[in-house]
Amino acid sequence: MAAMQANGGGAAKNNMFVDSLKDSATAAFLVAVLGFFFLPLKTDIASGGLAITYRWPLWISAILIVFGGRLLLNLFVFKAKTPATQIIGDKLAGSSARLPGLGRYLGIALFGFAVILPFFFTTFFPGQQRQYIDLAILIMTYIMLGWGLNIVVGLAGLLDLGYVAFYAVGAYSFALLAEYFDLGFWMALPLAGILAAFWGIILGFPVLRLRGDYLAIVTLAFGEIIRVVLLNWYEFTNGPDGISGIPKPTLFGLEFTRGEGGFADFFGLEYSTIHRFIFLYYIIFILALITNFVTMRLRKLPVGRAWEALREDEIACRSLGINTTNTKLTAFAIGAMFGGFAGSFFATRQGFISPESFTFLESAIILAIVVLGGLGSQIGVVIASVVMIGGIEMLRNIGFLSQIFGPDFDPVQYRMLIFGLAMVGIMVWKPRGLITTRVPSAVLKERKKIGADMVAQGEGH
Amino acid sequence: MEYFVQQLINGLTLGSIYGLIAIGYTMVYGIIGMINFAHGDIFMIGSFIALTTFLILTTVFGFVFLPVVLLIVLIVAMLFTSAWGWTVERLAYRPLRGSFRLAPLITAIGMSIVLQNFVQVSQGARVKPLPPQIQGGVTIMEGVTENGPIVVQLSYMQMIIIVTTLLLMVGFTLLIARTPLGRAQRACEQDRKMAALLGVNVDRTISLTFVMGAALASVAGLMFLLLYGVIDFYIGFLAGVKAFTAAVLGGIGSLPGAMLGGLAIGLIEVFWSGYFTVEYKDVAAFSILAIVLIFLPSGLLGKPEVEKV
Amino acid sequence: MNAALKQPSASINDRWDADPILTVEHLTMRFGGLVAIDDLSFKVGRGDITALIGPNGAGKTTVFNCVTGFYKPTEGRIVMRHGLGGQQEAVDTVTASGRRWHISDDHSVFLLERMPDFEISKKARVARTFQNIRLFGGMTVLENLLVAQHNPLMIASGMTIGGVLGLPSYRKAEQEAIDKAVYWLEHTHLIDRADDAAGDLPYGAQRRLEIARAMCTGPHLLCLDEPAAGLNPRESTELNELLQFIRETGTSVLLIEHDMGVVMEISDHIVVLDYGVKISDGGADFVKRDPRVIAAYLGVDDEEEIDVPEIKADVEEIEKPARKPRKAPARAKAAAKPAAKSAPARSAAKSTPAKKTAAKKATAPKKPASEIKIKDADKHPGAQPAGTRKPAAGGADNLTRISGIGPANEKKLNALGIWHFSQIAAWKKAEVEWVGSYLSFAGRIEREEWVKQAKALASGKQTEFSRRVDGGKVPSSRTSSRRTSGKGGKA
Repeated sequence: MAAMQANGGGAAKNNMFVDSLKDSATAAFLVAVLGFFFLPLKTDIASGGLAITYRWPLWISAILIVFGGRLLLNLFVFKAKTPATQIIGDKLAGSSARLPGLGRYLGIALFGFAVILPFFFTTFFPGQQRQYIDLAILIMTYIMLGWGLNIVVGLAGLLDLGYVAFYAVGAYSFALLAEYFDLGFWMALPLAGILAAFWGIILGFPVLRLRGDYLAIVTLAFGEIIRVVLLNWYEFTNGPDGISGIPKPTLFGLEFTRGEGGFADFFGLEYSTIHRFIFLYYIIFILALITNFVTMRLRKLPVGRAWEALREDEIACRSLGINTTNTKLTAFAIGAMFGGFAGSFFATRQGFISPESFTFLESAIILAIVVLGGLGSQIGVVIASVVMIGGIEMLRNIGFLSQIFGPDFDPVQYRMLIFGLAMVGIMVWKPRGLITTRVPSAVLKERKKIGADMVAQGEGH
Repeated sequence: MEYFVQQLINGLTLGSIYGLIAIGYTMVYGIIGMINFAHGDIFMIGSFIALTTFLILTTVFGFVFLPVVLLIVLIVAMLFTSAWGWTVERLAYRPLRGSFRLAPLITAIGMSIVLQNFVQVSQGARVKPLPPQIQGGVTIMEGVTENGPIVVQLSYMQMIIIVTTLLLMVGFTLLIARTPLGRAQRACEQDRKMAALLGVNVDRTISLTFVMGAALASVAGLMFLLLYGVIDFYIGFLAGVKAFTAAVLGGIGSLPGAMLGGLAIGLIEVFWSGYFTVEYKDVAAFSILAIVLIFLPSGLLGKPEVEKV
Repeated sequence: MNAALKQPSASINDRWDADPILTVEHLTMRFGGLVAIDDLSFKVGRGDITALIGPNGAGKTTVFNCVTGFYKPTEGRIVMRHGLGGQQEAVDTVTASGRRWHISDDHSVFLLERMPDFEISKKARVARTFQNIRLFGGMTVLENLLVAQHNPLMIASGMTIGGVLGLPSYRKAEQEAIDKAVYWLEHTHLIDRADDAAGDLPYGAQRRLEIARAMCTGPHLLCLDEPAAGLNPRESTELNELLQFIRETGTSVLLIEHDMGVVMEISDHIVVLDYGVKISDGGADFVKRDPRVIAAYLGVDDEEEIDVPEIKADVEEIEKPARKPRKAPARAKAAAKPAAKSAPARSAAKSTPAKKTAAKKATAPKKPASEIKIKDADKHPGAQPAGTRKPAAGGADNLTRISGIGPANEKKLNALGIWHFSQIAAWKKAEVEWVGSYLSFAGRIEREEWVKQAKALASGKQTEFSRRVDGGKVPSSRTSSRRTSGKGGKA
């Protein structure tokens, strides 16, 4: 329907309107059907079993909104001669054409902002500094996880749906090391990374001969197995109650506490809880930078090139003498190691962990960030994390919506709904992700970017 | 022995439900080669539609004759769930047809999140209990163990589930083997481009595959509701993962394989819970999956893949 | 199977016998019931360009996949040698010891069938290209060549750790790797495209890049799977030059090729396969004239103008003494030619009186079943089928109504005294095996179910194929009008 083109003239224009109207009516009807059992009818637990509450206005307004929205879209985007999106797109393309090195400048700008971020917020938003820095920490954690998974999925082309398992291994390693051996964060961090990498090899060894989707489902299964074990091994992991009282990180032995011997006391500053947040921010920032640095270095090393070659064509790799099993295992292990680092950071930041934090949804979000950002692209992961995680968390701050929808309206509960819709929307809009070019790892004369249509997506294609 | 038989019956019942969901996964995978992650949530949607329809029929219209009520519920659930299946395909997968492989996987995961949260927001996060509707059964065996007497019962509910599953399986196999739609579907499975060149309406065939998968999932949803009596917005995830596991175990792309895999997963789970620990039943199911795939990479009934060099 | 035994063997002093870099011994590869390669043995000489040719489906790529480790052969031994000579002693020691290789400074022996694919490239130094090009399309041309030098670079990078720390020794090694890549890029005329994505290159350039990439692994033996496929004449010529150059650098070449221009021009040694069996082996001139090669290449194509030299020769061998004065060979030849052209005269012409008399003289046969005597009939497995000097009254059946028998094969069968569907229908396993072996297409009769078809046609039924023949949709030895009136016509 949308493909129909109006070919000018009054009659055609009229046709277009009628078509749009018909199309919108179809969409509205579909919403009426789909929503019928969910919007106007709600089952609630009442005294004598379940009772039904009716919400007809909700249903009708949903239908009307879809009808109106679809009509507008039809008129101005789908069937219009020059769609509004095209006009906007042209303008954007024009501006980006004028800035050829946009990606690099963007990277430098983002890096610069990330360096001064805590001070930016403490200076300009003193009222909400804690909240914003906390959000920055969260985003930075996802950036690091995204970069870690990017090694496995983006470079080596191995679809891993259980990445959260290594995040969990890292978190629990630190928590348990702290609980049983009284290790501090800095001691436990490398151990957690090594343990996660070790688990990566253990899990990877049997499954890496599987191809494509089989690998995906087995990694998903392993992720679930680890979670179920953490949940049920009560004596060791404290089961669903989780582990609390995980020690906070120290700065060369200085704790971020009030009074004698604390960080503020040592430097003669006035004690503030924000110091600890800033410190945490810089820890994850540096961890993420290390991840990025190592990944960029590895890309230029034989092992990194072998990962990418593996993604392009495994059989050709074997014909060139590359041990594909070992190559896959290194990708899996290094990806897992960074997941483990991020996990221990997560544990120390929260001070409390439970299996609840390591569900499949978490894996899905990390994978979504990698794919939405553009497979293999480091800056893409940053943009996707900021947009997806930052954007969603911003919902918490939208106060004015409750003024429209009434005091009961809580935008937070729509968080994941919008997250899911955004995932679908961005993928349909840009199936290759936001950043779609690949930068070569070795250059003879001139660095040329490689278009995404050339780059393979790994096993199974 | 009695305990074993009872577990066997329970396992087959659970396996039937997994099998019905697994068919949806296996058909979609067969035809467009993607994991339809949202399929588990389609199953959840189906069970919610069944629950609401059941409540309307019994409380608003005052129907009391259970077989008629269940029949209407079944038809309504199949119809409306099919509409959901169709819409998911149309919105999230069709625009990405021919695009690269990970894109539809991500939209599928996105759709799964959307469906879960849509139901959570619109119907509330709390569980919905439904008192058992079909009670009683047939006693097959009686015996005495050291823990006291034991009665092996095949409940009417279990009978209904197993019989319905069998009927649907037979009908479905005939549909795929005998009808023009089935032929179109198999053609698309082999080579979508060629099928299109030969006049098969590929988009319609794929849509119908999703519709059929959703219809079967809604049947499973209704059975799940009646068997367990409790549903919530999250049941789709685990059931979906298990069913997909079943599809892979049986050999993805194969209908009998999906059913066999479903039964296998159901039996593994039930026996593991019955003889070892109930907590680790999922671990058992997933471990078996991993082991089978490592030694039999194309599943139990899948066609072995020859590596083309 | 032992068709090659029938051939006078090429000179024993050939290089591939004296100094083989690779020997394939009794290689057999089965896929389920299908025998893709059957007891194949050949040698590849050090410093030679060796071509492996044969019709489609002859099993050439399967041989490659066995040599390069992508398939594990069902049976057989594949030996790769570094250093001069056959090193038979070392080969036997390694074979007996159960190890995969024996490496010493100047002599090394590798049993490829025991090695995983990547080690064959890494250790035994056998590189290959693929029939359908397998490049890393999303990586640049230069990157492709650097990936090929993975193993030395990996060591130079201290198994990655030194590389991550940025040690200078790795920088140096990488620069050397780039120099090597540039060397091959220059020789493949790809230097201007070094920073382009490999997937962006035109087809011919991709073929050359694949060869350059294989060369960057530093191979002793380079296996090329149809390197000239899809190239234009100019590119083919360039390819010839490139292969000659590679040979000069000391790398032996084994190639599969359909382009006879390329094969005949550059090959030192040609091995011909058909249906998984070696049918000829020798220099280009020898192979070009080998009747078995001609039969395999042309005979199975069912062309009208094909004679049946080898059968006629065999028949004559036996008949000659009996009918010297009558100059039968000339007559038989003269008779066969017009027979091929004008179908109606065919059956009559075949049954020359000369043959009849000869048959009477050559009595006391070992297998009394056939009136036709074939030289070396015992060398083929199974039993020669019963043949008659001439068709029964009413003329011969149109054997081309059997799917798989074209006019040329019909003539060969006629020469064996096979004229009727009923004769083929009566074949047992032994006869099928004999005919398959004798006509050097072992397995084909079973595969194409000649006997089953013949049974149907003999009883007057139709097969799908015979309907198409009768309908004039398939070229046949007879015109449709003639056939319908003939005995073997419509039922």
